[in-house]
Amino acid sequence: MAALSIRALSKRYANLEVLKDIALDIESGEFTVLVGPSGCGKSTLLNIVAGLDRPSAGTIEIGGRVVNDVAPKDRDIAMVFQSYALYPSMTVRQNITFGMECRHVPKAEQDAAVGHVAKLLQIEPLLGRKPSQLSGGQRQRVAMGRALVRNPLLFLFDEPLSNLDAKLRVEMRMEIKRLHQRIGATIVYVTHDQIEAMTMATRIAVMHQGSVQQFADPDTVYRYPANLFVARFMGSPPMNTMPARLEAENDGPVVVIGAGRPDELRLRLRGYDAAAPFVGRKVVFGIRPECIAEGSRTFSSEAPVLVEAPVELVEPTGAETMVLLRLGGEPAMARVSPDIRPAPGTSAAFALDTRRICLFDPETERLIA
Amino acid sequence: MSNAATMRPGRPALPEWVRRLPEYLTIWVPLLLSAAHLVSFSLWTIWISFTPSTLVPVAGWVGLRNYTAVTASRNWQIAFDNLLLFGSAFVLLSAATGLILAILLDQRIRGENVLRSIFLYPLAVSFVVTGTVWSWLLNPGLGIQKLVHDLGWTSFKFDWLIDRDMAIWTIVIAAIWQSCGFAMALFLAGLRSVDPDIIKAAQIDGAGPVRTYRRIILPSLWPITVTVVVIQLQFAISTFDLVRALTNGGPGIATQLPALVVYDLMFQRSLLGRGAAAAVLMLLILLAVLLPYAAWRYIQRRRGAHA
Ligand SMILES: Nc1ncnc2c1ncn2[C@@H]1O[C@H](COP(=O)(O)OP(=O)(O)O)[C@@H](O)[C@H]1O
Ligand SMILES: [Mg+2]
Repeated sequence: MAALSIRALSKRYANLEVLKDIALDIESGEFTVLVGPSGCGKSTLLNIVAGLDRPSAGTIEIGGRVVNDVAPKDRDIAMVFQSYALYPSMTVRQNITFGMECRHVPKAEQDAAVGHVAKLLQIEPLLGRKPSQLSGGQRQRVAMGRALVRNPLLFLFDEPLSNLDAKLRVEMRMEIKRLHQRIGATIVYVTHDQIEAMTMATRIAVMHQGSVQQFADPDTVYRYPANLFVARFMGSPPMNTMPARLEAENDGPVVVIGAGRPDELRLRLRGYDAAAPFVGRKVVFGIRPECIAEGSRTFSSEAPVLVEAPVELVEPTGAETMVLLRLGGEPAMARVSPDIRPAPGTSAAFALDTRRICLFDPETERLIA
Repeated sequence: MSNAATMRPGRPALPEWVRRLPEYLTIWVPLLLSAAHLVSFSLWTIWISFTPSTLVPVAGWVGLRNYTAVTASRNWQIAFDNLLLFGSAFVLLSAATGLILAILLDQRIRGENVLRSIFLYPLAVSFVVTGTVWSWLLNPGLGIQKLVHDLGWTSFKFDWLIDRDMAIWTIVIAAIWQSCGFAMALFLAGLRSVDPDIIKAAQIDGAGPVRTYRRIILPSLWPITVTVVVIQLQFAISTFDLVRALTNGGPGIATQLPALVVYDLMFQRSLLGRGAAAAVLMLLILLAVLLPYAAWRYIQRRRGAHA
């Protein structure tokens, strides 16, 4: 059953079109992450789903029921806000029970529900405190508790981890994921952080300028980005993209970077049949940093594709060494083993994983193959 | 200051104190002068209140005799009772009116800016003008009562201005008219500073507007309420020109207030020592309001610094 269906949804403020023809179908139990740069309309979309804002056009179904004209409280949703939005004058317990109080749930039932949620989130010792007496991480937990106690059809999270420090963010990320696995809730989670999207989602909707660029599982989004925007937005550091030409040789297509230059790079492509119409034309060549490694690395059982490339800059991070090099004159980042430190200004051999190359149409910016 | 120096690159830099001279002159000189005035006249008044001065200040020591004379006088007792009634009624009603206006204005209605200016406008009017205009409006032979009579409802009676028991309420009405816009502006700022996400969360929790205001928004306004109450109280205690123009303490001495008593003793009955004693008593009442407020602010700030 679709927990949430969004169809032909658009939203405009005066003459600013914030959301354009959004369509999403989210299955029950899915952890969907809406990811995109700041200002792309994620919060607006989430607010419309929650009923806090009205769409200019389109329909929203929650649990098979059209809810366009249903008040937020009757949509069977719970929401966690970036600012946590805890009620400052109430204790943690009152914050959690306020919704039940509004729905006239009997007191005994309220107490049982609070007890259960407080145990789940380990916030029992905090129940008597006011939000101002809590740390950021504790407030975050209370905000989650307020949502969980409702036991709704759909959870909406709007950048719930953005206000936490890096360490706590990673911890809470895991905790939310664990929680999802445990209670099997349907979650729509908004973030601008592509790592959160990759690590938590069962499906990712990448948004840009008010429209969904791609809606797929994390592996697909990463491996087959639908367009250049997705390719450059997902992944850190992002995919290397550079202009190239596609040429035909006897045994298949060859992508040429820096054609005509002395350091021109020619890479044979296998299994890129979809690229055939682009032979003889310009394309955008894309390769992830981890697909460029030190020369001794083998990516597959076949003979490795080795290139000699000038090294410009070396950034050791401890876990790996990032190398800025030039492929056919175009800059590219490579991710090599941590103990390998090629000297800047020299040339070194690098192995390329040519099976994971992406080609994009330079005009439409869409993925070719 | 540094802009001025960089704009004229050819000139040698002036010494720091010369460059900052205008600053010193415009801020510190008036500040020190007024502080000196305030302190010296307060001390002088306190000293006078212990002397037998009448028409002119004279040296001498009469102990608390001026104070006992003032507090024993019917004039002062009525003024003090009136102050209690006027002060509490005015402060409560003006805060309540301001809050209601602020909540109504907060509904994102059209023409908010115009309405806000209208409600704030009375603040720009001097109390003498307010008092005079309201004395016309409330005058049974000229104002509201006459208007209603002329409209045909001849049994209508609204003569509080000349009613001994009700006259004090005319001052309350005029004072509220003058200052509820101020309370409204402060409350509106408070309402607008509530995190919109909190209101959204309440909407999702299913709280209606009444519950949202009562349980979530209004409790966050109480620091502003304290400020409003203290500022209004301070105004109530020192009220002079409004009463002078509206009722001049009358009918009889029914609307007497401490500031009027001071004026009466000092400048009409030429009892400088007693007038000074009454003024010092007013100062003490004011301190009774301001000192707890200052202490509260101090504690608030300390707590804020620790959190
Ligand atoms: N009430 C509003 N009036 C006009 N423009 C708005 C309003 N709310 C949001 N916007 C605009 O809509 C765009 C998307 O906002 P938002 O959904 O908050 O982005 P995100 O959450 O992805 O950062 C922004 O460009 C923002 O300026
Ligand atoms: Mg947002």
